[in-house]
Amino acid sequence: MADSIQMNVTRYDPDQDSAPTVARYEVPLRKDWAILDGLNYIKDHVDGSLSYRWSCRMGICGSCGMNIDGEPKLTCAAFLSDYAPGPIRVEPLSNFPVARDLVVDIGDFMEKLPRVKPWIVRDDVTVIDGEYLQTPEELEEYKQFSNCINCMLCYAACPIYGLEPDFIGPAAIALAERYDLDSRDRGQRERLDILIEKEGVWGCTFVGECTKVCPKHVDPAGAIQRYKLKAAQENVMAFLLPRGTR
Amino acid sequence: MSAPTTYRQPVSRLWWLKKRTYFLFVMRELSSVFVAWFAVFLMIMVVAIGRGEASYQSFLSWAASPIVVVVNIVALAFLVLHTVTWFALTPQAMVVRGPGGRWVPRIKEVSVAGRRVPAATVVRVGGRVPAGMVIASQYAGLIVVSAFVVWLVLR
Repeated sequence: MADSIQMNVTRYDPDQDSAPTVARYEVPLRKDWAILDGLNYIKDHVDGSLSYRWSCRMGICGSCGMNIDGEPKLTCAAFLSDYAPGPIRVEPLSNFPVARDLVVDIGDFMEKLPRVKPWIVRDDVTVIDGEYLQTPEELEEYKQFSNCINCMLCYAACPIYGLEPDFIGPAAIALAERYDLDSRDRGQRERLDILIEKEGVWGCTFVGECTKVCPKHVDPAGAIQRYKLKAAQENVMAFLLPRGTR
Repeated sequence: MSAPTTYRQPVSRLWWLKKRTYFLFVMRELSSVFVAWFAVFLMIMVVAIGRGEASYQSFLSWAASPIVVVVNIVALAFLVLHTVTWFALTPQAMVVRGPGGRWVPRIKEVSVAGRRVPAATVVRVGGRVPAGMVIASQYAGLIVVSAFVVWLVLR
């Protein structure tokens, strides 16, 4: 194994550059080093001005997502040795505006996420009087969707989001489904009102790439198609039932 | 202080050529055109049969012309792609529950006369049929329907 590997890293300074450029760095190639370790090496030893997000280094915080050789990945979970002999292309997540170097502006996602009310909706309870009980079977119904860490790799992988930025996107719909399937929740109707719109589930054409890149195996594509079924049933009901009952 | 300027990453017109999965997706979408073509082709045939022997014979000679044969071969390839890809995606889009599941009570909010009111209902949990079985049953269904059509035509 060679003792170093080249990383081609996107650099962008909004005060100086009109478009991003590529900088080439040699970093030590160590078997136990992730891409993130390579970036940290550059920042500590080569160029301290390199900007990127990271925190936990263990695939939980969801902040270190970047495009590695064109694929959205958590850089803490992608290893340098898997890309040997290199060079490795490290770019900001696609489909998001770039703020600086590898940092993207996630404002759009942060604005969209609360629209689907990703929390337990219970208007009928004012005082918490004990726990809401749930069987393991009921937990199993939504558990997969609750593993989302908001890393936004699915947004970077989704060509629809790239072409139609109004699309509410994979993770937000997967989280809506997570709470819809929760036996303690009563917010299905409110979420459906948001997601039945054009920018909601109908924006999705089932490319399926969101599910492929998800580091937590959430399956947003599956959640969206299941939601479409609900939305379609609702449309049929609205068509069949008299107006007053709607 | 003014808001920081961000760089909007452009989406190439040829984005669908950049990944094999994107390309397959676009081909799957395109396959619907050929599904529509086969529906039209069948309707032309039915109309020709309805008009009598001479009309049916001229349909057959049109259908045997090289251009129609080539179009139909391409259409068949897209139809196979359409069938295989959609069958493979079904278990992801649909939760099919088998005998292992059970019904549990659940309160849901429904919209009545523009107001949201809680309503008691039951939902089915557990017993999800494995993806492989969902896919296999679709092929089984396709074989049964195809066999029926073959029997109908050849009897």
